[in-house]
Order: sequence, then C-alpha cells, then structure tokens
Amino acid sequence: MRPLLLSLLLGTALPVQAAEIWVTNETDDTISVIDTDSLEVIRTIPTGERPRGITFAQDGSVVYICASDSDAVQVMDPDSGKILHNLPSGEDPEQFALAPDGRHLYIANENDAITTVVDVDNRTVVAQIDVGIEPEGMAVSPDGRIAITTSETTNMAHWIDTGSQTIFANTLVDPRPRDAEFAKDGTELWVSAEIGGTVTVFDVATQTQKAKIRFSIQGVHPDLIQPVGFGFSADGKTAFVALGPANRVAAINAETYEVEDYILVGRRVWHMAFSPDGTQIFTTNGVSGDVTVIDAASREPIKTIKVGRFPWGAALRPVPGAGGSRNMIQASLPAN
Amino acid sequence: MVVFPLATPGGRLRAEENSGEGRDMRFSLITLVAVLAALPALAETAIKVTYLRELAPPRAVLSNLDPVPEDLGVAGARLGTADNMTTGRFLGQSYALAEIDVETGGDVLAAARAALAESPYLILDAPDETLLAIADMPEAQGALLFDVSSGSDDLRETECRTNLLHTAPTLSMRSDALMQFLQSRRWTDLAMISGSRAADVDFADALRRSAKKFNLRIRGEKVWAFDADMRRSAAQELPVFLQDLRDHDVLVVADETDDFARYVPYNSWIPRPVAGSEGLTPVGWSPVMEQWGAAQLQSRFEAAAGRDMSPKDYAAWVALRSIGEAAARTQACDPATLRAYMLSADFALDGFKGRPLSYRDWNGQLRQPIAVTAPRAVVAMAPLDGFLHPVSELDTLGLDRPETLCTAFTE
Repeated sequence: MRPLLLSLLLGTALPVQAAEIWVTNETDDTISVIDTDSLEVIRTIPTGERPRGITFAQDGSVVYICASDSDAVQVMDPDSGKILHNLPSGEDPEQFALAPDGRHLYIANENDAITTVVDVDNRTVVAQIDVGIEPEGMAVSPDGRIAITTSETTNMAHWIDTGSQTIFANTLVDPRPRDAEFAKDGTELWVSAEIGGTVTVFDVATQTQKAKIRFSIQGVHPDLIQPVGFGFSADGKTAFVALGPANRVAAINAETYEVEDYILVGRRVWHMAFSPDGTQIFTTNGVSGDVTVIDAASREPIKTIKVGRFPWGAALRPVPGAGGSRNMIQASLPAN
Repeated sequence: MVVFPLATPGGRLRAEENSGEGRDMRFSLITLVAVLAALPALAETAIKVTYLRELAPPRAVLSNLDPVPEDLGVAGARLGTADNMTTGRFLGQSYALAEIDVETGGDVLAAARAALAESPYLILDAPDETLLAIADMPEAQGALLFDVSSGSDDLRETECRTNLLHTAPTLSMRSDALMQFLQSRRWTDLAMISGSRAADVDFADALRRSAKKFNLRIRGEKVWAFDADMRRSAAQELPVFLQDLRDHDVLVVADETDDFARYVPYNSWIPRPVAGSEGLTPVGWSPVMEQWGAAQLQSRFEAAAGRDMSPKDYAAWVALRSIGEAAARTQACDPATLRAYMLSADFALDGFKGRPLSYRDWNGQLRQPIAVTAPRAVVAMAPLDGFLHPVSELDTLGLDRPETLCTAFTE
C-alpha cells in the first residue's frame, strides 16, 4: 500500500503537496520533474531511448512514456522512477492518448502507419488500425466513443469508432498535422498543422470544418509559424498553441477563434502542460533545452527553467488529494 | 509498350519483360512496379506515373569507393508512390509506377512516346538535351514532366518549358546556400579549384556568381586537369598544386563528377576547410538530415531501399508526392488541374525540411531549403537567418523572379 493511501486511512492530515510537471527530454533519455511551487527541477529520471509522449493514469499511480527508439511504451512508478513493465506498443511509438476509461491506450506507431490500441491492465493489443503515414496526434473524446489519429504525411485526421476500433471518417487537414484535442465537451475537435501553419476546428457531429485559425507575427516569416502542441485553459475559453520555431505560444479565444496574444517563449516550442489550478503553463522548448513558465492570466512568461536536451512532452502529475485522484482514492476505500 | 498492371490485392507486384516492339527501341529492362491499395474496391481514380531513365555512360573517376546505386532515383519514386498509396486509399485514389530504363544510345524518345501514350505523368532522369527533346515532343504537350536529375540553370531560364517542372535544386540554389553560410561566418576570402568536365565548369560558374551575389571574394582559382600521365597520387600532388594560391579562409572545390575532390581535404598547402563538392557540401538531401521529421523519411527509405537516401532519390520522392498532394487536395487526376494547383499559392508540400515546399510559378522550379552539410552532420539549413526576401526567403536561393529569363510560364 502506498504511503499516501496509508495516511488517508489513518486520518492523518496531509502535508500541502506541490504539483509536478513531468517533461520528457528527447535526446537525453530522461524526464525532468519540475516542482510547480519552487519552479525548479527536483528530480531527473532515466527512461528508455528517445522519450516523447508522456501521460499519467488518472489516479496518478503510473506514468506512461513513449520511448520511441526503444520501441516501447514504458510504464513507470512515479514515486520510485522504476520501470514496472513495457506495454506491447508496436514500433516507434511517438504519441498516445489514454481513453477516459483509463484502460485503453491509443498509440501512434510513427514508422508503421498504424494506431495500436493497448489494454493497459492485461497488457494486450486490442486492435491495430491502419492509418496514414507517420501517425502523430492522438486524442480520445471525453465520452470515450471517438479516437482521433492525425497522420503527418497523409495530412489527415482519422476518426476511429472505439466500439468497433475501425475508422469511420477521414478528413483532410493542412500539411503535417501534429496535435489533436477535443474541446467544448467533445463537440469540437481541434487539429494543428505544422507545415500548413494553421489550426482547424471541426464539428465532431458532422466531421466538417467549422473554423480555420491562422497566425501572423510581425518580424517572423510565415513559414516559421508552425503550430504543434496545444491545450485549453481550465475554463475552456482560451486555447494556447505552441508555434514551434516562431518561439511563441498563441492565445486564442475559443469562442471567436481569434488570436488574442503571442507569448514569447524558448526556441522551437513543442508541447505544454498546465498547473493544477490552470494559472501556469509550462512549455517545452526543444532547441533551447528549457521550459518556459507562462502566467495564464497576464499571458506573460515569468520564468525559464533549464531541463535536459530537446524537451518534448509535458504532463501534469495528478495531485493526490485533488480532483479525480481523490475520487479514485475514496472509491478504493469501501470502509471509509 | 508500357503496361500498368491493374490493382490486385497482395501488396507489391513486380514484373520484368524485354520489349521487342520496334527495332529502334532498345529498352534493356522494363520494370513495372505497382503498389497496391489495401482496399482496391475503394479505388475510383488511378494515377499512373512513369519513371524514365536514360542510363549514363560509366564515368571514369579516381576512386571506386562509392559505386552509384542501380536504383538511384527510382527508389525515391517507389517510396513516393507507396506514400501516395497510403493516403490515396482513404480517398479512393490509387497510384501505379512504371519504370523504364533506356541504355545509353537507345531510343529514349520512343520510350517517352510509349510512356506518354499510357500516362501523362513522366519522371525524367536523363541528360539535359534529352529532357528538352522529350518536353518538346508533340505527345508531351499537355503532359506533366518532372526533371529529377538536372541542376542546370539554363533549363529553368532560357530553355524553360511549361510542361517541365524541376524538383532537383539548381546549381545556383546550391551555390547560394553555401555562400550564405560562408558569409554568415564571415569567411569571405575564398580560393577555388575546379575540374575540367562540363558539370564542374557549370558549378564553378554558379559558385562565382553566388560569391559575387553575397559579397565574397574568390582570390585565386586553379583548374585540376591532371591526366593519366600523373606519376603520383592526387594526395601527393595536391599540396604542391595548391601552394601558389593566395591566402584564403576556405578552399572551394567544384567537382560535380566526384572525381578528385575527395582527396582535397587535409591535402591542402595551408590548413583551411574545404567546401563545395567536398567537405562542407550544399545538397538537396543528405542522409545526415534528421530534424523536421527527416529522420522518419530516412528510416522509411532505408527500410524500403536498403541504403541511404541521396539527393536524386529525394527529388524523385518529391515529384511523386507533389502529384499525390495535388491529387488529394483537388480530387482530380488530370495533368492540367494538378499542374495549376502545384503552381498556385495554395500548394504547400511537407518535404521534411522545416518549411513548406512550393513551385516557382515563373519557371516551375521547386522552392526548397538547401542543407549545408558536413559528412556526419547538418551544419546549417539555407536560407540562413538574416537573408531576407519580400516574398519568400526560399527565393534568396537561386535565380529570383526579377532575374528570370523564362517567359513561357507567364505568357
């Protein structure tokens, strides 16, 4: 039994716990753990080769890491940093998304043009779905019924029915789609296109384009504005989009689809994670090897944190005693 | 006769046959490759492309260390076809690639005619004269031809043809990329040695023009014209040969036939870096490229071809992907529609070089970054920071719209 659970059982007061942002360092084969209070790296954990995608189980009990060049999705105990086991991920996993059931992991196998669906509990491959070339962005709708894979060279979003694990629609997007995220309770799908320089918003019910968001920054050539990872503020009203070699994060009004701000960050910004209360955004800056902390309200960068080489993915470690993780703990305590 | 096999399930089909049709045609080999859809029932439109290669006569060079792969270029076209197929299967489009090799001295025009009778899409890997002769054939009018082999600026300027697009970079694009890099380092005093073959002379011309364009000085030049009478090895001969050049920051070599340049580094009279055809080389593609997703393309190519991807493989891959991208976006398969889309501002191809690729609408040349590479790493990607352009920084490489001598595209 883990210490936290024990402390709950005994009814002792929990110490105030700072949250942690976990960052994968693509060419260092490590994870840097950032403390959201001190804004410092407090741990560095070795991983498999070329770690990229990273996500936690909803209850925070394990963290999943795409170790691309080890051809493995690694399952790590976040407390000890030990690799518990590997999942049968298929070759060259780059990105993945965990379904709301916490059980099905949708993995993009970049070199094989395949999406692999893995049951993380019994560690078996549930399905392998042929998708376009270089699958990358992965998302699962909040109701768990639709999974999305974007393919970078085929330039499509593939819509997967998670019931049958088959594709039910393919929509062309602009060149080199990277990230996909559901928004507004799963009624919208947003897809970024790195080389196209756009973010496309789809109506999920009809799989048709609802809006296309373009970017323009004075002094930056349009070719270098390359939308990649993005995320939404806690209230869902603002989307923050990493613009790669433009070295900026765009703040977009999610209602009007207008770009409201550009926030200067480090070089070649890839992905981001939010602090538990959503007040801070942590961006991974691949070329400069650091993480920029943005104050979400003022939309100003407030600190740069040196991490490993080529930081790529970022994930918030679920805070024990908050949100979904508390529910999980209570649910596991029938006598409580 | 060129035959495109119809789609049948089961992956890759390869057939070889000797064509006896026409005594004047000497195809040594006709290889047909069709990469087939997983779901052929969905295929509504089929786009057939022919890769036509006029085999070059064997070259006599000082070293046999790097034989030319037999599938040079073709392997890129095969991968491009496979990539198109993967996308096409979601759109009801299928692709087939036919490969024709014509021996040196064979009737390449007859081969082109036969290919054009089957399909309007022709990828050409041939000498400049052949490219022009095929582009000028009556059968080629309205067709869409891609040059994947020539770096000649003339072919894009005074000799441009509206039915001929170029995916290989020009000599001037490559020489501009190198000079941008040297200027960015402030290594502005150069010396140059060049070979005496036509390709070497052309590259030396391009280097001279680029040096002037970016304000570098070539302070001394020599021509490497040693014949078989040379009693010593190039390595022994070079230091003395280079002794009388004025001091310089960088020694530039123009040896496009890959004859003597490999012996130049470390065999100079004074210790200077070597650039051009050896050492620091400006290229359209290199196995050392890994950024911008290039690592993915490299590994796909290596898995398919069993070797590294060369610039000509890349040019052929880009040509196929241009067809595939235009067909996917327009949902059309006729050459006029695809050509118009490729030359429009809407066309943006992801070529794994960090910027969208497009075609110059004034002469059909592919706009693309050029890698300035050392043997084991990319040193810089051109255009380099600070070389600005009102329209596209990619147009700082090679002859730009205001300088062009091509009028056919705008008439």
